[in-house]
Amino acid sequence: MNHSPAPPPIGLAPDALPVLRERGQREVFCGLTSIVWLHRKIQDAFFLVVGSRTCAHLLQSAAGVMIFAEPRFATAIIEERDLAGLADANDELDRIVTRLLERRRDIRLLFLVGSCPSEVIKLDLGRAAARLSARFAPEVSVLHYSGSGIETTFTEGEDAALAALVPVLPREADDAAPSLMVVGALSEIVEDQLARLFAEIGIAPVHFMPARRAREMPPLGSKTRFILAQPFLAETARGLMARGAQPIAAPFPLGAEGTSLWLGAAAAAFGIAPAALSARLGASEARARAAMAPHRAILAGKHVFFFPDSQLEVPLARFLARELGMELIEVATPYLHRQHLAAELALLPPDVMLVEGQDVERQLDRCRAAKPDLVVCGLGLANPLEAEQLTTKWSIELLFTPIQGYDQAGDLAELFARPLRRRARLRI
Amino acid sequence: MQLTLWTYEGPPHIGAMRIATSLQNVHYVLHSPQGDTYADLLFTMIERREARPPITYTTFQARDLGADTAALFKNSVRDAYARFKPDLMVVGASCTAELIQDDPGGLAHALALPIPVVPLELPAYQKKENWGASESFYQIVRACARPAAAARPARPPASTEGRRPLCNILGPTALGFRHRDDLREIKALLGTLGIAIGVVAPLGAAPADLARLGEADFNVVLYPEIAHLTAQWLQRQFGQPATMTVPIGVGATRRFIAEVAALSGLAPDAPSVTAALAGSTLRLPWYSRSVDSTYLTDKRVFIFGDATHALAAARIARDELGLAVVGLGTYSREFARDFRAAAETYGVKPLITDDYLEVEREIAAAEPALVLGTQMERHIAKRLGIPCAVISAPIHVQDFPAHHAPYMGFEGANAIFDAWIQPLMMGLEEHLLTMFREDFEFHTAAPPSHLGRHVPQASPPAANTDPTRWVDEALRELAKIPFFVRGKARRNTEKFAAERGISPITLETLYDAKAHFSH
Repeated sequence: MNHSPAPPPIGLAPDALPVLRERGQREVFCGLTSIVWLHRKIQDAFFLVVGSRTCAHLLQSAAGVMIFAEPRFATAIIEERDLAGLADANDELDRIVTRLLERRRDIRLLFLVGSCPSEVIKLDLGRAAARLSARFAPEVSVLHYSGSGIETTFTEGEDAALAALVPVLPREADDAAPSLMVVGALSEIVEDQLARLFAEIGIAPVHFMPARRAREMPPLGSKTRFILAQPFLAETARGLMARGAQPIAAPFPLGAEGTSLWLGAAAAAFGIAPAALSARLGASEARARAAMAPHRAILAGKHVFFFPDSQLEVPLARFLARELGMELIEVATPYLHRQHLAAELALLPPDVMLVEGQDVERQLDRCRAAKPDLVVCGLGLANPLEAEQLTTKWSIELLFTPIQGYDQAGDLAELFARPLRRRARLRI
Repeated sequence: MQLTLWTYEGPPHIGAMRIATSLQNVHYVLHSPQGDTYADLLFTMIERREARPPITYTTFQARDLGADTAALFKNSVRDAYARFKPDLMVVGASCTAELIQDDPGGLAHALALPIPVVPLELPAYQKKENWGASESFYQIVRACARPAAAARPARPPASTEGRRPLCNILGPTALGFRHRDDLREIKALLGTLGIAIGVVAPLGAAPADLARLGEADFNVVLYPEIAHLTAQWLQRQFGQPATMTVPIGVGATRRFIAEVAALSGLAPDAPSVTAALAGSTLRLPWYSRSVDSTYLTDKRVFIFGDATHALAAARIARDELGLAVVGLGTYSREFARDFRAAAETYGVKPLITDDYLEVEREIAAAEPALVLGTQMERHIAKRLGIPCAVISAPIHVQDFPAHHAPYMGFEGANAIFDAWIQPLMMGLEEHLLTMFREDFEFHTAAPPSHLGRHVPQASPPAANTDPTRWVDEALRELAKIPFFVRGKARRNTEKFAAERGISPITLETLYDAKAHFSH
């Protein structure tokens, strides 16, 4: 890789932190799950999973219980006759896409999303996307990526989707003024807040990727500086750099400190003096700290244990340890991207137990033995752990709730404090 | 390929999970890619089970495909046995593992575990959840019940032996639609009849219990989708007859009692049978005859669900509530033949499909006043503005209420009356509305709303706005209709006029439309 991010601002070199690598049963979602928030984010995009009934059932189970609107996702279920070669998979796909686009004329961007079975039978969705794109242009463009469980874990599905968008982002002229691209699906309220903050500190123009509509995707060129807003976007970052964009390394905008460091990294890249920055952001940061204070009173000194899930674990652990005074027992994450997390790892306590990957039974043994005050885990584990008298925070909520930026710092703290408050409150 | 927005059933291995999770001391090792563990949350979040389902997933990834997935599977089986020490192991593949053809059954067999290992072959690209549950239950029962029963001689009927008749209850599972509460209800009913219960399976049964299945005089099959296949095998193997009636609704519960009495050798007028039939807490028949229920007469109802619940709903709707069945469908293709035959008696063309979009089209076309369906039909009905009650899986957190809410037996019939009627307007209210609607002249409460003097407006003001033109006289008449039904009257009249190309709408058109829509 040609570009390496700036060294972490403070603390230890991240390579010094030991990591336990586990390779057993992983109790995680596959990348298809990120469709659940991506389809709300890009409002004229449709996600067509080419997969099995299991894929459809997963999306329905992960999303169906939460979202009652007509979804902008569906599954083209592979059947016996497709596998036996009785039906040509490409003809079948064309027929389904045609039916779908006739039904949903508001769709401008269609993602063909690969799954475990489509990967195993080596269905060439790239070629299908090119063919369908030619057929439905200019009304609809068709892209493809894989959200399969054999290749992606949960939030990596967003990474794969955004990485598929990178090659089709409009080219920005080489003589354009430097621009900032904020990368990662954020809720609209967070985007709007961050846009105001960037305006205040004098960074312009600022684009968000992905945009809310398919035709408004941001331009990209050699003058584009990009900053990740989510920690799981390794492929997207690689694609952006391959197209000449310059990365800005930073911790992630979780908590008051995280947000200040994140904005600070962007400001530094745009040549804004730190003194000017703190003058402009001081009030926002103070407000965030005030909002966190009541939750800090509940959380400080409590022990927290992370099961691997969203890849947000490391930034969240840093936030909980540094801003809320929690003790980290174990911080497990599906993948540890040392490069993108360099600034985060440098801020973790030096004795933290980091785990990459999972062997769920062994991790449950460790968790039970450690008796943490709070366990951050997926939905499959939460109730069984509660039944064992542990207190849990389900991690999927961290993807559906606005948590980034100063004005969400209090909300983010509250998400962790609520299970503890509730346990203390109930008299049953 | 099939385009699917929502699916009525999961893949067949989900059915196998429901069986494994229902049983005690059984562990299921599923060869599956990373991500298939989502299924755990069905049990822990939808049913709110306190324990993880007894399932180990191999969760292979791309790097494993290039290496040795078979070794991964064997290690998973070995580790799961060492950790969980089950009495019986079930092994199988999910859809992706089926494609890589590692032969879980053979691999597990090679480990020579000291317990029975039941391999499940569930073709994921042909079959679905209920089939998978049925097949898994059957295979596990075969593995457990055969050796214990082989030496047992045929038993004489209970009545000639002077002992209590003994039955098994087959069908209730984890994640089953109201299975928990149906089971309690049916156990109580069998208790009233003086019938002893041997084994309840799969819910709560251990392999050792399944070994005793052959001891019973007969089997009670609560859910044919899950237990019919097993009951047929038990009949062949041990000569055990099985009940055919699913006790949902008043009539079906009575027939069920008669059937069970006959299988037990009880006289139809035996005191225990009379006591069971009396159903001292049964309220549906009287509530349905009560005059406030007359508004239900011939109300149009569209029914869709699994075969058992949809057919039961149709029978109750027509015979016990006096509704008119205008649509009847199921996603249970395995029961298509029986379903078609039953649908004939309602004079409707049965809809046998698992295509949600097709169901949506059919409901819209049928214009029912009530939909009885699954959670998916609830969404459809919500969009179309039609009341809806849920009668069948796919399962939803709302199907596990904190209170006792059976569908079976007499208490089930009571619960059905409440659950189906509540989405409709209260009977007396609707009766009064109908009176008002037919009595324009005597009605003075509704002000001439086009003058805009009064506030409550549930419907758009009766102003003379295009595109549909009304003559003033007709508009004044419209204004005399109570505001809460005025919108409907206006829409119906405009629809009627548009379909016939009538413009402007006159007093005649208004009453022609009224006559048309009142059937």
